[in-house]
Amino acid sequence: MHKLLIAALAAGLLLPGPAVADLRAFAGATLITIAGPEIADGVLIIEDGKIRTVGARDGVRIPEGAEVVELDPGSFIMPGIVDTHSHVGEVSGGDRSGPIQPEARALDSVNVRSSGITRALAGGITSVNVMPGSGNLISGQTIYLKLRDGDQIMDLVYRFDDGSPAGGLKMANGTNSIGEPPFPGTRAKSAALVRSAYIKAMEYAEKVADAESEADRPARDLAMEALGEVLSGKRMVHFHSHRHDDLLTAIRLRDEFGFRMVLHHTSEAWRVADQIAAAGVPVSLIMIDSPGGKLEALHLEAKSAPALEQAGAKVAFHTDDWITDSRYFLRMAAMGVRAGMSRDAALVAMTQAGADMLDLGDRVGSLIPGKDADFVILSGDPFSVYTRVQETWVEGRKRFDLDDPEDRLVAEGGLNALTDDDGAGHIHGQGPHRIHSGQGAGR
Amino acid sequence: MSIDRIFSAASAPAIVFAIVFTMVFSIVLVVPGSARAQDLVVRAGTLHTGAGETITDGVVVIEGGLVREVGPASRVDIPDDFELIEVPVATPGLIDARSTVGLSGAMNQPHDQDQLEGSAAIQPELRAIDAYNPRELLVTWLREHGVTTVHTGHGPGEIISGQTLIAKTTGNIVDEAVFEPAFAISATLGEGATEHGRKSPGNRSKSVAMLREQLIKAREYVENKASSEDGKVPSRDLALEALASVLAREMPLIVEVHRHNDIMTALRLAEEFEFNLVLAGASDAHLVMDEIKAAGVAVILHPTMARAWGSSDMANFSFTTAGKLIESGIPVALQSGHEGYVPKTRVVLFEAGVLLGYGVDHRQALEMITLAPARILGIDDRVGSLEPGKHGDLALFDGDPFEYTSHVLGTVIEGRRVSDKVR
Repeated sequence: MHKLLIAALAAGLLLPGPAVADLRAFAGATLITIAGPEIADGVLIIEDGKIRTVGARDGVRIPEGAEVVELDPGSFIMPGIVDTHSHVGEVSGGDRSGPIQPEARALDSVNVRSSGITRALAGGITSVNVMPGSGNLISGQTIYLKLRDGDQIMDLVYRFDDGSPAGGLKMANGTNSIGEPPFPGTRAKSAALVRSAYIKAMEYAEKVADAESEADRPARDLAMEALGEVLSGKRMVHFHSHRHDDLLTAIRLRDEFGFRMVLHHTSEAWRVADQIAAAGVPVSLIMIDSPGGKLEALHLEAKSAPALEQAGAKVAFHTDDWITDSRYFLRMAAMGVRAGMSRDAALVAMTQAGADMLDLGDRVGSLIPGKDADFVILSGDPFSVYTRVQETWVEGRKRFDLDDPEDRLVAEGGLNALTDDDGAGHIHGQGPHRIHSGQGAGR
Repeated sequence: MSIDRIFSAASAPAIVFAIVFTMVFSIVLVVPGSARAQDLVVRAGTLHTGAGETITDGVVVIEGGLVREVGPASRVDIPDDFELIEVPVATPGLIDARSTVGLSGAMNQPHDQDQLEGSAAIQPELRAIDAYNPRELLVTWLREHGVTTVHTGHGPGEIISGQTLIAKTTGNIVDEAVFEPAFAISATLGEGATEHGRKSPGNRSKSVAMLREQLIKAREYVENKASSEDGKVPSRDLALEALASVLAREMPLIVEVHRHNDIMTALRLAEEFEFNLVLAGASDAHLVMDEIKAAGVAVILHPTMARAWGSSDMANFSFTTAGKLIESGIPVALQSGHEGYVPKTRVVLFEAGVLLGYGVDHRQALEMITLAPARILGIDDRVGSLEPGKHGDLALFDGDPFEYTSHVLGTVIEGRRVSDKVR
């Protein structure tokens, strides 16, 4: 990509650090704002990590002192992609000791130096819901990450209003969470265990609320506290489910306990799209281009994407990385278009819809003034096989640049590209993520 | 054949699309007459012949299942009594250079997984025709995506896992599908052959020692047979017979191998035993291109979207390997490979498409899934391009075959329309 620094580098702007105004204008690309129609020959102005102005070149005044980046005509800028379901960072959650472990936190396991984080940036992803696996009915608390530069997990977390790290709760039904005791052996038992847990959590919450003194309060119970955050609506449930009847079971549980829920994967959503839409449940879809590999996902079809769109459900996409590599997020949305989804819905499904599902919709997901300056510069149309992610920006900072040799190595692969910084774990084939062995942490 | 028939199984949006599409392109003309089952004319707005030519408004005339004539519509005599299909884009039928479909099934349950037999590390006597299921969903899936020929059989995972076959992606019984019933012997070097937790082979040196031992035994078996006097012929040994055909260069040894030093081991073995070697997978091929080229060995490269993360043997995996191999002049084809989990197969059409962003041009990408695999598999006299005398195998599209948002409109094998699905 040819870039031209046209103008105006006031001396002060060269100083690093957040204290100095950081003002940049990206001009010439087609802007996919999500909030409105696409803007040809647009200008995106960012300042101090936030979006300041979005518009057509002839309608926007570029402020003095701004660094102007002239982009190739034919390039596109879209909001940073939100991946609603990923396992990057070698994440773990609940272990095999029991089926219900809401106390386990993904944030205590993520390696932010993992190549998975860079692969995600190479795919245009700027916000990620990193989840524990689906081998438990409740496998733990998920963590919402902003892929800003950081040395440790707390540098990357989104935060709730109270300052605590933001995330949801991972739940699952169907076959992954079925097993030998203490795991459930059937679907009905699975639902019964989940109902029992939530009833217990309701009772716990009542006791806490009714306590008239500190001495009255029940002893702290981390599992019950986490479920309480689900019952109070603070924490979203992210529910892994494939078969049509399992999808409806998840909705039934939601209705009984009144929690907020996103359905994930939803292989057979095309069979119950109307029911999902009527229940007002958002869906995070995985798009797999070929069938097979797992019985309960055997009827996964790409037509779920247009079926849900036409039924009126809110749809996002996710990689479930490593099931689908983060570098192919755009391709996944394109496969939705191939299956009959509208271009607009597929764009929303990569951005605003996912942001909404993580309760981040007022901060990210579209290019409007005031939102975080998270965006992706593409060499061409987002749905074309010829298009490459050129740059990924997070809060006004460039986090991926295809022209940077190190970044390019991760984007394309090559000598030791997939070797993680710590050089340990899965790279030696010892970890839990062995691909050829069949079962994985994901789906 | 009517438009209804062609799109009878299509989804609702696909039907809407098809109607619009038909208005624009007038997809099918039905011409009554005495057309035979394997007589067909395909006329395409853009015809990629796979023989180095892209023809605007091109025509392929298929008679009795074989290509009779290829050229621009203005110059080709289109028979009146042949069925005519008109599409925006057509290519030669796609060839999947290596797969396990038909032995591996979509359900991924023990009863539909016959691509790997774990009872012994070396079993060259296992024939693919004894396990191939031509009605398997995964075979249908490939056919519906324009794949007309597939090289499939025993997969990677043991030092020698068994034999492979080459089949058309149609046919109700194996005999109808197969046109090379025993093509190659499938071998694996590196972590893939040692990772089963068994006592032996536990590492690379042992794997190679076991393989060399068997090849030497096969050589001795052949010599003993040739020199034995009447009445003293050694009793038949199916495993050694199969290896003997590798030593006699009647069957290639296809070696699944990823790490650079294991690729060199494969080249060393091929030199020692003088067999025909084909490298498969070959993630590190970009690190030892000079050596591969000097050995005159072809590469059936890993799927572009193979999940390399988590494999130490694939730590140097790259999307740019295909382009580099092509540039260096090494024969290279793409494979769907073998998948252990979701999805249970890949589609070479998709794998080739992704390469367009990574140093491979349109013609090269198409060649990697048509003529290049045909040459590597030794079947380019019959398939791989649209030329007179070759099989009338085509894949039909509504646009650039490699664009994500294009669709496959149908598949033709030997003049028969074998898929009408819009995919």
